[in-house]
Amino acid sequence: MIAYIVRAILIGVPMLFGATGEIITEKSGHLNLGIPGIMYVGAISGVTGSFLYENACGNDIANMNPFLSVCIPLVCCILGSMLMGLIYSFFTVTLRANQNVTGLAITTFGIGLGNFFGASLIKLVDSDMPSVALTKTSRFFCTKLPFADDLGWFGELFLSFDFLTYTAIIIAIIASIVLTKTRVGLNLRAVGESPATADAAGINVTKYKYVATCIGSAIAGLGGIQYVMAYANGSWSNDAFGDRGWMAIALVIFALWKPYMAIIGAFVFGALFNANTYAVGLGVETQELFKMLPYVVTIIVLVFTSMRKKREHQPPAHLGLPYFREER
Amino acid sequence: MTKQAAIELQNITKTFGKVVANKDVSLTAYRGEILSILGENGSGKTTLMNMISGIYFPDEGQIFVDGKEAVIASPKDAFSYKIGMIHQHFKLVDVFTAAENIVLGIDDGKYNLKKSTEKIREICDKFGFELDPEKKIYTMSVSEKQTVEIVKVLYRGADILVLDEPTAVLTPQEIQKLFDVLRRMREAGKAIIIITHKLNEVMALSDRVAVLRKGEYIGSVNTAETSEQELTEMMVGKKISLNIERTEPKDPVDRLMVKGLECTDRTGIKLLSNVSFTLRGGEILGVAGIAGSGQRELLESIAGLQKVSSGEITYINPKTGKTENLRDKTPRQIRDLGVRLSFVPEDRLGMGLVANMDITDNMMLRSYRKGKSFFLERKAPKTLAEKIVEDLEVVTPSVSTPVRQLSGGNIQKVLVGREIAASPKVLMVAYPVRGLDINSSYTIYNLLNEQKAKGVAIIFVGEDLDVLTELCDRIMVIGSGKITGIVDGRTATKEELGILMTKTMDESEGSGNE
Repeated sequence: MIAYIVRAILIGVPMLFGATGEIITEKSGHLNLGIPGIMYVGAISGVTGSFLYENACGNDIANMNPFLSVCIPLVCCILGSMLMGLIYSFFTVTLRANQNVTGLAITTFGIGLGNFFGASLIKLVDSDMPSVALTKTSRFFCTKLPFADDLGWFGELFLSFDFLTYTAIIIAIIASIVLTKTRVGLNLRAVGESPATADAAGINVTKYKYVATCIGSAIAGLGGIQYVMAYANGSWSNDAFGDRGWMAIALVIFALWKPYMAIIGAFVFGALFNANTYAVGLGVETQELFKMLPYVVTIIVLVFTSMRKKREHQPPAHLGLPYFREER
Repeated sequence: MTKQAAIELQNITKTFGKVVANKDVSLTAYRGEILSILGENGSGKTTLMNMISGIYFPDEGQIFVDGKEAVIASPKDAFSYKIGMIHQHFKLVDVFTAAENIVLGIDDGKYNLKKSTEKIREICDKFGFELDPEKKIYTMSVSEKQTVEIVKVLYRGADILVLDEPTAVLTPQEIQKLFDVLRRMREAGKAIIIITHKLNEVMALSDRVAVLRKGEYIGSVNTAETSEQELTEMMVGKKISLNIERTEPKDPVDRLMVKGLECTDRTGIKLLSNVSFTLRGGEILGVAGIAGSGQRELLESIAGLQKVSSGEITYINPKTGKTENLRDKTPRQIRDLGVRLSFVPEDRLGMGLVANMDITDNMMLRSYRKGKSFFLERKAPKTLAEKIVEDLEVVTPSVSTPVRQLSGGNIQKVLVGREIAASPKVLMVAYPVRGLDINSSYTIYNLLNEQKAKGVAIIFVGEDLDVLTELCDRIMVIGSGKITGIVDGRTATKEELGILMTKTMDESEGSGNE
């Protein structure tokens, strides 16, 4: 049972990163469907960074500086995903391209990019398996908290995770506080609800949209690297990341655009995502049905919230629409 | 006392593509004065004011604030010159509270909503506003929202206030309240600029009037030294009669009977309750009420677009005297019964016309079931389109121009033209002159009067009480989905209508379902 919960949390974390990033982006009025692609790019950027660092150290863990081996992949990952966010913002904010089309293009592009570089790295290592193993870097990422092994189920449930898992939760909580309790958050929400209002109030709408999208992308990208380093123990193989990016977007709706809700949601999703492997006596075909569960739950949440019609639970009013001040 | 110039515009020009919105406009607003900017739709009033408030940037010309040249490139710059604008379409975030909206975008040290709320209360006390800073915007009435807008600019310390058509959505009583507040602000030495096209308000409120026509500045006059007639001439550029004709209805017979009509929305809130009235042929029945009081639901129920929970809608055929039940019928079934019902909805491009289709195709929306061939029969609708363009003087490059590209007035002419062409027996029009200039408005009034003379029963939902009292034979007032009174249009006063409009407002909470 504890193993199941631990697993659920591990699966949920990339989705939590993705959802937090997407919530921040959506609060600025931009529906970034590029998140799955951005998470891919974040992952492959980090993988490439750590691959090069491992090679530079002669593939010997003794030569590797723990601090650098964590920081290099992280910085690469953030830069890579931010760049994707920047491309998306340039198209949707500055050129006012259709957000859905741009987002889908970014996803297709990001997945392709990830697979291209992934395949290139796989070719470089020339191994039998179609994957790149970065187990050494992964070991640094997965350093457990002290006492994790001594405290039984408590340690396993609360202290046994990699530091990015805790980071994900902390980022989500900070995002919640910033959105509801600070001036920056108020301004950002205003931009997403009614950019004309925000503009008339003297808020730099373009800046907010760019910054929110780029920061959101960077956070989402961290989900990619967390998946590779912590969940997959440092092994990259093409397309392994799967649908998690889309799950993150579904999670945004499940969480009703509230980052703290996304924490709970991520673990629920993680548990549901994983349910098929733990439910005994399932055929291959019923397993596939089980994979549907997170989406079913999202739809149920959607139905309930739209029935209750509470305005605070609705998406930002100007989500998906471009803003042009001098439009007549 | 010498007047102190608060803001001075010199030779301002602004173009949008090929359209010249403002050309060489120069005018001055003084402190302790209310200046009205008067002009028809499309005369560039709003564009001009948007340049003062930093939404647009002038192509040419200079702006001086307190005698010094000012560059206003963004709303933020406007605030720093103490200019505040209250837009016609409120710029408020619906899911925020009043206080959150008011402090939005201001950087005054630590973010402290409680302290801001106190400051808001102080401002409200000073100028006599009634406002709950913790109320969410979407639960507010239009007038409350406007109060939030005004407090918002005052909170920012604005000395120069620009109000864009502030009275368009208010009841007469609310307008009086607003005027009192504005006068109090004038006493406090603020410069107030108010954009409007309602002449009576100009006369009642302002000290000076500046007139714009087709983007050009025509001149300013002191209100005390002018008349409505003179202002109209300045505004339109020619003499125009301001009286709406009203003929006596000739032998009115009952045409449509509505009895105990009720309907509710999905959450069970009553949109209409116990609505009963009789509509007669050859008369115009005006419907007055605050926006969103059930006018739309009433018309849609009759047109067969709104589900009715109880009540009767009966049509009496003028030729045979036979009665037909219209309740629970679709628009098509109503038409198949031989009931000629025309409906000009308030949402012209949403319900009335398809914006991206041309005039001919929009004509076909009403006749699409005619013709037996597999292919479309285009000739008749095209002829009709051409006839409407010619008869109603619709300004359009051709009948194959998408209606989206026409101006508001011309779009309305196309829609009204099409509905009238069906030679209706009952004609329902909702806010037919909203957003139309004086000339187009009078065209529409004349068309309605023509139909009235033909014996058509007309329901006219309007917002301008002056027009309702001049045009309609009877005026029905609707408040929160209830009929609060039916009065004679010839004797009714605006004040009387205003009282009826707000009669049931106190009983029902949160009726703002817009």
